[in-house]
Amino acid sequence: MHMRMEENSKKTQSNMRQKAELFVFLFVFWVLLNGSVAFATLGVGAVVALSISMLSRRQMTFLTDFRYSPKAFWVTLQYLGFFFKELMKANLRLAKIVLSPSLPINPGFVKVRTTLKSPMGRLLLANSITLTPGTLTIEMEGEWLYVHWVSIGTSDVEGATKQIVAGFEQYLEVMYG
Amino acid sequence: MANMLVYIAAAIAGVAFILALYRFMRGPQAVDRVVAFDVLTIISLTGIVLIAVQEARAIYLDVALVYALLSFLGVIVVAKYLEGGEK
Amino acid sequence: MTAFLDIIGGLALVGGAVFLLLGGLGLNRMPDSFGRIQVGAKTTTLGTILVLTGAGFLQPDMALKLFLIGVFLLFTNPLSSQVLARAAKRMHAPEAPETVVDKYSEDHAETSEDEA
Repeated sequence: MHMRMEENSKKTQSNMRQKAELFVFLFVFWVLLNGSVAFATLGVGAVVALSISMLSRRQMTFLTDFRYSPKAFWVTLQYLGFFFKELMKANLRLAKIVLSPSLPINPGFVKVRTTLKSPMGRLLLANSITLTPGTLTIEMEGEWLYVHWVSIGTSDVEGATKQIVAGFEQYLEVMYG
Repeated sequence: MANMLVYIAAAIAGVAFILALYRFMRGPQAVDRVVAFDVLTIISLTGIVLIAVQEARAIYLDVALVYALLSFLGVIVVAKYLEGGEK
Repeated sequence: MTAFLDIIGGLALVGGAVFLLLGGLGLNRMPDSFGRIQVGAKTTTLGTILVLTGAGFLQPDMALKLFLIGVFLLFTNPLSSQVLARAAKRMHAPEAPETVVDKYSEDHAETSEDEA
């Protein structure tokens, strides 16, 4: 009995947190979109963002499951730096493939495993994989991700996980868990 | 100088548009056409941004933002439709 | 100083356009749908981000909105590519003859027969 009450209050708490996060997300987006901090703008934004976040259930924003620790913010910056470096690398490598007359590809579908638990962490991982050298997430099933790889490095699960997932996971692990 | 660079960028994007259009017409799979369409919308989006820069009119950027939103929704809906179409 | 920033912005615009061009080229060179989706996802993302950055250098007062468009595309572009790739895989789109391994079909052999 006591335990159930505790569980319920935990649920309401996480529900409230989700609504608050959605409100912050929508409100910030609205203010940036308008590019002004006039009273009318802020007022309309607050009312609309509040009603949307109150009316909706189960949503996801960048803040969902985010760990609000100083370390998480610092790691977020590192993650962004790593991400843009990988995006650049992905494009240059792709350019080399596309521009060489022989079209040196060696494609295949591999399976990798992630240790991330939170949905937002997994979603960002899948997105990051898609934008990094030669890989494209095609399906997520729980902890398993199926990835299309333009030039296969290795086809076994552990090796592919190390090459594709590990780089991003270390950052997302700290940010979302 | 900067003006000229904007025109050069627009010209290169134009060639990219034609190449993507060629894939769009050739197919052969429906998925190929959707990918080409996605690329076409993004190239048009950069075109809109280039016009906004050249004309110095920020209002075009709102058009670009809505365009991005609609193209994303469009691709998702079509992909869902293609998935269901197999059954 | 502004002239210098203008040149940098203009070069970023041209660089972005070049990546879009590579995307258009790759779209025609890749042998199967999955390769084309890969090219489409990567080149357009970097290409647009470079163009948006360049535009921000040329028109600094537009920077905020350009940034918003960039964040939006950075998130939605890979997402739509993934949904599309999944659709292609489920529809059994033809794969390049060079394809080496296919763990996805190995794992989903029974389910796809059930559906048929």
